[in-house]
Amino acid sequence: MNPSNETIHFFYLILLLLGITSTSIAAEWSGNLSTEVRGFKNNAPSDQQEDLYSSIAFKPEFFHQWENGQSITFSAFGRASDNNESRTRADIRELYWNYSADAWELRLGIRKIFWGVTESVHLVDIINQTDLVEGFYGEEKLGQPMLNFAWITDLGTTDFFILPGFRERNFSSQDARLRPALPINSNNAVYESSREKQRIDAAVRWSHYFGDWDIGISHFYGTSREPRLVFESGRLVPNYDIINQTGLDLQSTLGSWLWKTEIIRRSSNIKTYYASAIGLEYSFFDLNSTGVDIGLVTEWLYDSREQQATTPFDNDTMFGLRFALNDAQSAEFLAAIIIDNNNKGNIFSLEASRRVGEQFKLSIEANLFQNIDTNTLLASFANDDYAQIELAYYF
Amino acid sequence: MQKLLLIPLLSLILPLNVSATTAEDRGMQIAIEADQRDTGWRDQQAKIVMTLRNKQGDETTRENRMSILEVADDGDKSLIVFDTPADVKGTAFLSHTHSLRADDQWLFLPALKRIKRISSSNKSGPFMGTEFAYEDLSSQEVEKYAYKYLRDEESNGYQTFVIERIPQYKNSGYKRQLVWIDKTMYQPVKIEYYDRKGELLKTLTYHEYKQYLDKFWRSSRMEMINHQTAKSTTLSWFDYKFNTGLKDRNFDKNSLKRAR
Repeated sequence: MNPSNETIHFFYLILLLLGITSTSIAAEWSGNLSTEVRGFKNNAPSDQQEDLYSSIAFKPEFFHQWENGQSITFSAFGRASDNNESRTRADIRELYWNYSADAWELRLGIRKIFWGVTESVHLVDIINQTDLVEGFYGEEKLGQPMLNFAWITDLGTTDFFILPGFRERNFSSQDARLRPALPINSNNAVYESSREKQRIDAAVRWSHYFGDWDIGISHFYGTSREPRLVFESGRLVPNYDIINQTGLDLQSTLGSWLWKTEIIRRSSNIKTYYASAIGLEYSFFDLNSTGVDIGLVTEWLYDSREQQATTPFDNDTMFGLRFALNDAQSAEFLAAIIIDNNNKGNIFSLEASRRVGEQFKLSIEANLFQNIDTNTLLASFANDDYAQIELAYYF
Repeated sequence: MQKLLLIPLLSLILPLNVSATTAEDRGMQIAIEADQRDTGWRDQQAKIVMTLRNKQGDETTRENRMSILEVADDGDKSLIVFDTPADVKGTAFLSHTHSLRADDQWLFLPALKRIKRISSSNKSGPFMGTEFAYEDLSSQEVEKYAYKYLRDEESNGYQTFVIERIPQYKNSGYKRQLVWIDKTMYQPVKIEYYDRKGELLKTLTYHEYKQYLDKFWRSSRMEMINHQTAKSTTLSWFDYKFNTGLKDRNFDKNSLKRAR
């Protein structure tokens, strides 16, 4: 199906849901509608690409809770972009039923799960497929169908997941900037499992806290969310291997210091490797009684595959500086740089946002790719320095 | 013989009597009495509307819901869920407070579905851009302050004890506070906050007190004025509910995710 048709159908679905519920429980709808303009500093390397892209996005949410411990949650995301085929699409991020008892919770449906503590990468976080088209940092996720049972005791929470229905990773189309150097042949994706997308994956996570320490230990067995890209007749073919991944996330919160660690061990028939992100954060709160907070963050990112790693962050250091004015507009500012310790290539990013009135939020963002070595994974982004402005209306 | 015995006994009793009436002890007694009278509500829930006013008088509002669980021999547990501004809807703030040890605090960020353990060192910073600092809204445990009774005074129609209290916990933004406690309700009707330099920073006044369950007094409106910036915040409380059967489970990390 043509992506724009899919988007239109999706918006009809939302309108239908709005129609059903607007009379009785309309107050439980929320979400936002946003418009974004992204401009690139350098001329497009290819004729298909542009220097300026604009788009609109819609994120509706619905939540209803009953007195008996049951609730339903729905959230979706759709974007329509000019000159960018891959960004024009829609997805159901969440559509699930939750039952909450004293010692357990049961959740059934499409959900988003976040695990982890570090800021620059999310190694441990593995349940959901990354929405790579939405952001190349991988913060955005696609919805994942699941059955999740949480067993809650004084010794922590143990979550069991049954995960049917694999979601493929999306990649930016050839008309987009920030795209892979070679076209991706997603139609011919190769699966290690004979059941391909129908394979049922499983995961378990125990999490708890002891005083100043928050800990999570997790294991995932199933089809890797991250494909191996294999070169085949001028294109890259995603190969989805079956993996076992064990993860540890640990944070210690000592006064104004946060110490953070994430470590994973991932094994497949192809390769076994370790990756880690270790960092610390220090905050100066209420600086000179102005209400302003300043946070300093640093993280060291490592991947035991080193030059063979499928991530650009095989041995990198991140430094970040965060300002929060804590004013009525919640103005915030974040500057961060991730430097490759081997070749000094780096990504520099700036983000700032503030509320405008009661229901609007204005955000600006810029990313610069500097000293990028042509032999590295970031090489295809080397000409894609950009700045963007977004205005969102929240309801 | 009896008279002779009395003398050493008196000398033992007298200093005790004298110490029991020092201004510090009297201040402490009032604080303990206020704490004891406000014990036994188990849990409470309320809606809060915060109205922020800047120097020019421009207003902006925030709405949230607060649940508190009474914890014996430690600080209370609280959960605040933000309803407006719309861009922070669903954000939830969980706090397990302790009297002198650092509080345990988590923040749920709904966009990323992420629960973050956050530093609780931020005592003096503004809560949600208001004139209330985190420490002003936190559980008021007796051990958090050193007290001193100053005088009796009539304030705003209330007969009050005026006590001085000095924060004993770390990172407070205040050198001291003056608290006017009503003699019948044993609840504050006014607090003056003095900054680290000892200058008057803010005045909080409590209005429209109502009694719940025939025992517990709650103010329906609090007015905080910052004298140094001329900004002010009104906290209006609605739909107070007590003893609704909330448990520890309603204040754990799992509860944050479905706090909406």
